Amino acid sequence: MGVDRELPTSEAYDLLELTRDLVAAELAPRAAADEEAGRFPREVFRTLGRAGLLGLPYPEEFGGGGQPYEVYLQVVEELAAGWLAVGLGVSVHTLACFPVAAYSSDEQRRRLLPDLIGGELLGAYCLSEPHSGSDAAALSTKAYLDAGAYTINGTKAWITHGGHADFYTLFARTAPDKGRGVSCFHVPADTRGVRAAPPEKKMGLRSSPTAQLHFDDVRVPEGDRIGVEGQGLPIALSALDGGRLGIAACAVGVAQAALDTAVAYARERRQFGQRVADFQGMRFMLADMATGVAAARALYLTAARRRDAGRPYGAQAAMAKLFATDTAMRVATDAVQVLGGYGYVSDFPAERFMREAKVLQIVEGTNQIQRMVIGRHLTDPR
Amino acid sequence: MNIVVCVKQVPDTATERKLRSDDKTLDREAADGVINELDEYAVEEALTIKEAHGGEVTVLTMGPEKASESIRKALAMGADKAVHLSDEALHGSDALSTSYALAQVLKKIGFDIVLLGSESTDARTGMLAAMLSERLGVPQVTLANKVEIDGSSLKAQRLTDYGFDRVEASLPAVVSVVEKINEPRYPSFKGIMAAKKKPVEKLAVADAEIDAAKVGLAGASTEVVDFADAPPREKGQIVKDEGDGGVKVAEFLASKKFI
Repeated sequence: MGVDRELPTSEAYDLLELTRDLVAAELAPRAAADEEAGRFPREVFRTLGRAGLLGLPYPEEFGGGGQPYEVYLQVVEELAAGWLAVGLGVSVHTLACFPVAAYSSDEQRRRLLPDLIGGELLGAYCLSEPHSGSDAAALSTKAYLDAGAYTINGTKAWITHGGHADFYTLFARTAPDKGRGVSCFHVPADTRGVRAAPPEKKMGLRSSPTAQLHFDDVRVPEGDRIGVEGQGLPIALSALDGGRLGIAACAVGVAQAALDTAVAYARERRQFGQRVADFQGMRFMLADMATGVAAARALYLTAARRRDAGRPYGAQAAMAKLFATDTAMRVATDAVQVLGGYGYVSDFPAERFMREAKVLQIVEGTNQIQRMVIGRHLTDPR
Repeated sequence: MNIVVCVKQVPDTATERKLRSDDKTLDREAADGVINELDEYAVEEALTIKEAHGGEVTVLTMGPEKASESIRKALAMGADKAVHLSDEALHGSDALSTSYALAQVLKKIGFDIVLLGSESTDARTGMLAAMLSERLGVPQVTLANKVEIDGSSLKAQRLTDYGFDRVEASLPAVVSVVEKINEPRYPSFKGIMAAKKKPVEKLAVADAEIDAAKVGLAGASTEVVDFADAPPREKGQIVKDEGDGGVKVAEFLASKKFI
């Protein structure tokens, strides 16, 4: 079947075709069993990396794919439709690479970026802490500069790929000022003193490891600070604008997968002598689901095209994240309803989509935070 | 090492495949064309050999314009260049005349090793490797599940009903491969983009000194006389167990020669 997409170039069509091949052959056959077992498919990310999918929106001169967000996000959407743990993993990895790509010096970019986006390494993004989630500026992990290196101490929480990533993009406090006292660091995972706690036990998205990370006297050379001291929070927030679009694309993928499952079932299942799809009540439900998915996709693509054109897109990204993830929750819940009892058991994927959709309303800024961002753009524009 | 991989575009096995009613050849419009799956293993083996021993991988295809899609796939996987033999005169060629046409091209472009899948998913004759080696006067190694190049010769394992044979052959040689030989790589996104710039040489029959009378429908030595759609699947037979269910099932299996 497949979503009929409008893409800007012929190479983008080839890229989406490659993505669909990878989903069919490498993701679909194992997603359900690995989710059930909570197994992290590291080798799937290697396959994606070798295919060139772990650096798509970054410049070709550093080994990236040179693709606009409009195209990159549709790849993420297709991956998430096959397996959210993988689509979201690619989005998080891309987020973790962003500060180096956008804020580092030329020397750092040449030294670090080719490896980060080259496909063999996987990244993680360390902003949240146990007592600093939505209020990111309240983070307390500290970094002291001494003899050409920072010493970092603290605990990060809810870290996707925590314990499995090859590098961490870390935000730590270098000065007391709440908003202007945070700095950004590139920390290889094998640096001494970096330790991951056992992974969280989650409702869904179980194949994507989420863990606390402890930093005990971790030494990071001054040359691995990204941007200037105190620039951390602006870097984190601008990275998150893009990250939110990644989550919106993931949500559309999950919603599309739930819709496809519901439609396939409604066409097959017969009750009272006809397909359940022939009942108007069922058909209206499917129509509302499909409309929501299409609207959510259009919204994230609008934001992405603004970003690609170099225009401000923060409010649009927040709207896309809010609308796409709420839509995914509704569509996935309706898909369970369409399948009836079969929707509630794990022999069918509908219940998995419902558990996956929920987390998307929470990550990369809860949907309440998104409303605050959108509201601020309305009432207090800069 | 001059490595040539023969690649065939076939109708996607996932779609409905049909023959044309007018000349009883494959209806290429009716199904999506894809690279013959076993040929992907041949491409992978060619790339593996190139990575170990150096050289160049050339993709060779005979087929209509549309077959260029399959060439692009092989180039995206990493092959260096391609030769596309395409001519109206070739339409309707059977296995024997196809081997003649491909052999003429291979003589023209030269090779140290020719790799191909052991059969195609459409015609499934599985004879091309043998026919090519005969026409080219070089050793044939068919159904290989392992190939090692050693200077001017190769060692291979041939899959058989009872296990495998270990065989050796001097180069140049023709080798057909089975799916156990490797795991074909995915083309990378960069590979896809690079493939668009790789050279594809288009040849007509005259360019390869192919006698047009020996190919195509007229030159074929076999003829599709008639064909019919596969009969629709019959309704299953339900055996009611009245104490003799086991016997009835056994009788059914015996009648179908399963036991």
